[in-house]
Amino acid sequence: MFLRTVWLVVRKDLLIELRSREIVYTTLFFAISCVLVFAFGFVRDGRPVEDAAAGILWIAIAFSGTLALGRAFERERQSETLRALMMAPVDRPALYVGKLAGVLLLLAVVEAVVVPLVALMFQAPLFAHPLLMAGLLATGTTGFAAVGTLFAAMLVRARSRDVLLPILLYPITIPVIIGGVRGTAALLQPDVDLPMATVWLSMLACFDVVFITLALWTFEPSMTE
Amino acid sequence: MKKLFLPALVVIAAMFAWAPYAIDRAPYESTMGLVQKIFYFHVPSWMVMFSSALVCGTASAVYLFGGRAAADRVAQAAAELTVLFGTIGLITGPLWGRKAWGVWWQWDARLTSALVMWLIFVAYLLLRKYGGAGSEKLSAVVALFGMANVPFVYWSVNMWRTVHPKTTVVMTLQPEMGRPFLLCALAFMGLYGLMLAARVRLERRRAELETLFLALED
Amino acid sequence: MPPRQPDFTSLSFVDVSRHFGRRRVLNRISLCCEAGEVVALLGPNGAGKSTLLSLAATLLTPSSGEIRYGEQTMAAAGPGLRGRIGVLGHDLYVYPELSAAENLTFFGRLYGLADVEARVAAALDRAGLAHRDDPVGRFSRGMRQRLALERALLHEPRLVLLDEPFTGLDDAATGMLRERLGGLRQAGCIVLLTTHDLETIEGLVDRAVLLRGAALTVLDELDGGPRSLRERYRAAAEARA
Repeated sequence: MFLRTVWLVVRKDLLIELRSREIVYTTLFFAISCVLVFAFGFVRDGRPVEDAAAGILWIAIAFSGTLALGRAFERERQSETLRALMMAPVDRPALYVGKLAGVLLLLAVVEAVVVPLVALMFQAPLFAHPLLMAGLLATGTTGFAAVGTLFAAMLVRARSRDVLLPILLYPITIPVIIGGVRGTAALLQPDVDLPMATVWLSMLACFDVVFITLALWTFEPSMTE
Repeated sequence: MKKLFLPALVVIAAMFAWAPYAIDRAPYESTMGLVQKIFYFHVPSWMVMFSSALVCGTASAVYLFGGRAAADRVAQAAAELTVLFGTIGLITGPLWGRKAWGVWWQWDARLTSALVMWLIFVAYLLLRKYGGAGSEKLSAVVALFGMANVPFVYWSVNMWRTVHPKTTVVMTLQPEMGRPFLLCALAFMGLYGLMLAARVRLERRRAELETLFLALED
Repeated sequence: MPPRQPDFTSLSFVDVSRHFGRRRVLNRISLCCEAGEVVALLGPNGAGKSTLLSLAATLLTPSSGEIRYGEQTMAAAGPGLRGRIGVLGHDLYVYPELSAAENLTFFGRLYGLADVEARVAAALDRAGLAHRDDPVGRFSRGMRQRLALERALLHEPRLVLLDEPFTGLDDAATGMLRERLGGLRQAGCIVLLTTHDLETIEGLVDRAVLLRGAALTVLDELDGGPRSLRERYRAAAEARA
């Protein structure tokens, strides 16, 4: 029943998104612009600054993720459909997981474009260790999106929600950013540090487990008035 | 509880009045000299900040899952004090660093993770102020997440720091230093307790006023 | 499918109060609605009618007091109870990006209904929207209202909560809604609706209550006597003033 609800919500979100593709296109373009802006900020003498690639990648993910979350829940705010979902005879945490899965799919599409872009622009060997890299991206994005989905859902009926989402989200996801950047950097540096990357990967996985559990617990109490 | 407030206030005030003498009499630290003495106020304010963050997180959990409005008042007061004592720590830290090591900001693991915690609770206060109706529950979630984050923040900043050169000086606490430190630590803790109690009482009065307002219409 | 709850036969507000900060919107309201009753909730704008409906819909929790569905409160009964409630709100609760059929199918599946396609087809027929394939965002207000009503009733709820259901409906649709309400009443549903349209609900409702100044007054018995609903409403409103 739980999984069925998750699937229904994801399917509905996909259906809506495939119609207009608005969020995908705008988020993707925003992520690319981010990378470019940072590229102009950090590239000097035609050589990439050390570790800049890792940092720029994760900042682009964080910024575009925040944008995507805001837009996704703005949609649910029209016609108050989030309320309609809450009124359905389903496990409410399943609604959270469904929304989270949708956001993750969206960010996966964005990353599929941004990661090669960063690799290209900074001559960074991001595909040298594909499994670890994919693992870091997966766990890091999940951690960020897990906290972000909960906060964005909570803020649907708050005032000043546009600016409050980043204010609340960024400090709490700092460990994710640090883990993602340092893990990626460990893979990019000349003497590749695989054990270090694995350590960061484990920390991110831990973060994901802890915070998804917390989000599942707090979703219902925080959404009821 | 109310009866204890005034005597406690007197005692804490006396401790703070005595503190400068005690600090003055404590021996100089070998490498840093006079500047090191800021540590007697700097470290206790961090201790209070982290305890306050813990109080806020726990009270928020109680409010979120138990629904008791009193817990929310404690959480709000604790969050304000977390930011206050964190600010003291963030000001004294760079002051110390500038004189001791020549730089205003050192990406020291503890200082940086404390900064992150401070940011989380500033976000809590911003949410309460600007979030509109119903932001009590939302901020409770933020505080809970903030508290759960403490190990992750500290661990990741610490690991991140190992890449950069360490310049922290390990201080050995001689007994002559230990006593004034304990005095200051207790004084700060006591001050925190008093301020928390006073602030919670203010919120409780406000809530009672709201109830009276509503009752007036009957 | 969520386990079927044995259906409840009454909705009771027991000393329900709700305030938003300093504003008391509902003050110790007690009201009991039985199965097979259509109850109209009347009152000036901002009186708290929508709040009362939201409380019954479990979108809000009361500041004090209880709401009972039969003998149980929502807390005791669990999520399955929500499946027995149908709500037509001021915000229509339909996705503007999806078509009418997609909206109904989604909610039908979410509510765990059997033979969703058949029900959706029947609902679209009733709403006169069977031939419309385009996104709901392009519909007129009246069409969206008809769709929202079908969404609220798709799962054959026991408790039907309607907030201004006649808004934006033309004569034909109004007539159909009146018939529909009559049908619900015969089927033993509990219907609680708010409206300003007193003439339209004349003869349709079993009871009317006036919500004003956060308190409830029952209008004189609607026994088909000579005074119209509007006259009774005015009398009650003036008596309270």
